[in-house]
Amino acid sequence: MRKKPRVGEKVVVGIIWTAAVLVLAVLAAIIVYILVKGLPQLSWEFLTQIPRNMGRAGGISSTIVGTLLVTAVAIVIAVPFGVGTAFYLAEYTKEGIITRIIRFSAESLAGIPSIVYGLFGFIFFVITLKMGYSVLSGGLTLAIMILPTIIRTAEEAIRTVPNSYRETSYSLGATKWQTIIKTVFPSSLPGIVNGIILSVGRCVAETAAVMLTAGSILRMPKSLGDSSRTMAVHFFILASEDISMEKAYGTAALLILLIFLINVVANILVNRFAAKRR
Amino acid sequence: MLKYSVALRRQGVGENKRVEAPGQKAKLKTESVDLFYGSYHALRDITMDIPACAITAIIGPSGCGKSSLLRLFNRANDLIPGARVEGQIYLDGEPIYGNATDVVLLRRRVGMVFQKPNLFPMSIYDNLAMGPRRHGIRRRAQLDEIAERSLRQVALWDELKDQLKKPGQELPVGQQQRLCIARALAIQPEVILMDESCSALDPASTMKVEELMEELAQQYTIMIVTHNMEQAVRVSDMAAFMMIDEDKVGRLVEYAPTVEMFSRPADKRTEDYITGRFG
Repeated sequence: MRKKPRVGEKVVVGIIWTAAVLVLAVLAAIIVYILVKGLPQLSWEFLTQIPRNMGRAGGISSTIVGTLLVTAVAIVIAVPFGVGTAFYLAEYTKEGIITRIIRFSAESLAGIPSIVYGLFGFIFFVITLKMGYSVLSGGLTLAIMILPTIIRTAEEAIRTVPNSYRETSYSLGATKWQTIIKTVFPSSLPGIVNGIILSVGRCVAETAAVMLTAGSILRMPKSLGDSSRTMAVHFFILASEDISMEKAYGTAALLILLIFLINVVANILVNRFAAKRR
Repeated sequence: MLKYSVALRRQGVGENKRVEAPGQKAKLKTESVDLFYGSYHALRDITMDIPACAITAIIGPSGCGKSSLLRLFNRANDLIPGARVEGQIYLDGEPIYGNATDVVLLRRRVGMVFQKPNLFPMSIYDNLAMGPRRHGIRRRAQLDEIAERSLRQVALWDELKDQLKKPGQELPVGQQQRLCIARALAIQPEVILMDESCSALDPASTMKVEELMEELAQQYTIMIVTHNMEQAVRVSDMAAFMMIDEDKVGRLVEYAPTVEMFSRPADKRTEDYITGRFG
């Protein structure tokens, strides 16, 4: 029973391990670099003041508000439609031409570059519907953009709910609606929330699509009809027009922290919900 | 049938407890039922009367359609895409197939216990209350009462009454399965279908569940699918032997009082199967 050396296996494991470390290293390098450059910029003034002199001075408060508003509009609109579509696809239809068309459309939408969504939003919401550059135009455009992600992740989450759950629910005399709302939905919720978090990340980080639809005004947005600049757009303009690299790094660092925070909060909420069900 | 003589003697050959004559009062009746999954023909021409307040066992080799047959009685096959039923099944004389049937109501009258314990990831209490809650019972006192009654029915009340908040899935498997039976009882069905409900259990738990079946057969009509022929002999009043025919379609070969089938099988195939010559 002497151990065989199994060289091939060791080599493969080594390659996989190296790949994983490299990926992590690149990610860590980017985050560390930005945080090192950006964190010193963060201060109470940076968070609470409106940008002055094109962003060379002052803070970025209006862009934080703009980001949150645009993202909120997108999520509030896309989640009901997306999750609804996912439940329709997973629970209510037989596989057929219609489901294939819906799924194919969603997948095609997922592959379109965001600048194309920006152009569509600009032509449709900003000009045709006369919404102008506004939080609403930006949010609606982002909603369309994240819809495929939400549909796909939610559908996958719903499909991973074991069929025995449905069977058992029906065997206890539950209706289809009760089975979906009370049994399938809670079980698939962590996966659905995961898709929503991914989408929030994409909204917060999106630049091209919002620049063309929400505009780039630095004022504090007072309503959904106001134009607003998001953090990502602000960062892009600061850096590309060489206005202030320091402020650009500060904005980038805050963006990273914001996405991190959203992830943590969402995870806590999901876990608390899961614990309550137990 | 030397092999089963001990078990048969224990049951008391000839003095059948619950069934006087086959079809004394049929709770369920199938009338030339055929089942298809898409183009696959699963069951052909099943006609049988299932007596009320008795245990009917479906036996037969793997893949002969025992579970498919059992699942016809609460229309569980409806959930399988492409499943199609011809013929008719009657519950208390009322047809259960066809668009006029309220399937939800049917499932409240015909409960089901599955092969493996399938509690939901929630507390013992919430598992028990799930059925009643789906039927609109909200009052805490009433739910408490139902939980206690159904736990008492499966003799788990004394063991579990102080830990109703505990996750059901943390119990030993045997208790989980009895809890599943309690959950099915909580909706006060008239018929209980048990699909190999002991196959995941150890012998001690199996014995408890079998005792429970005998208890329940006083007031419920019970149908079981089992691989275990000793079990069929021990608990059932009627036995249905199924097999696939030349076309690989499940057929009912013989249906008779258990004692009769295991002491004087009418069909050669039944005899071969229960004496262990194949299967």
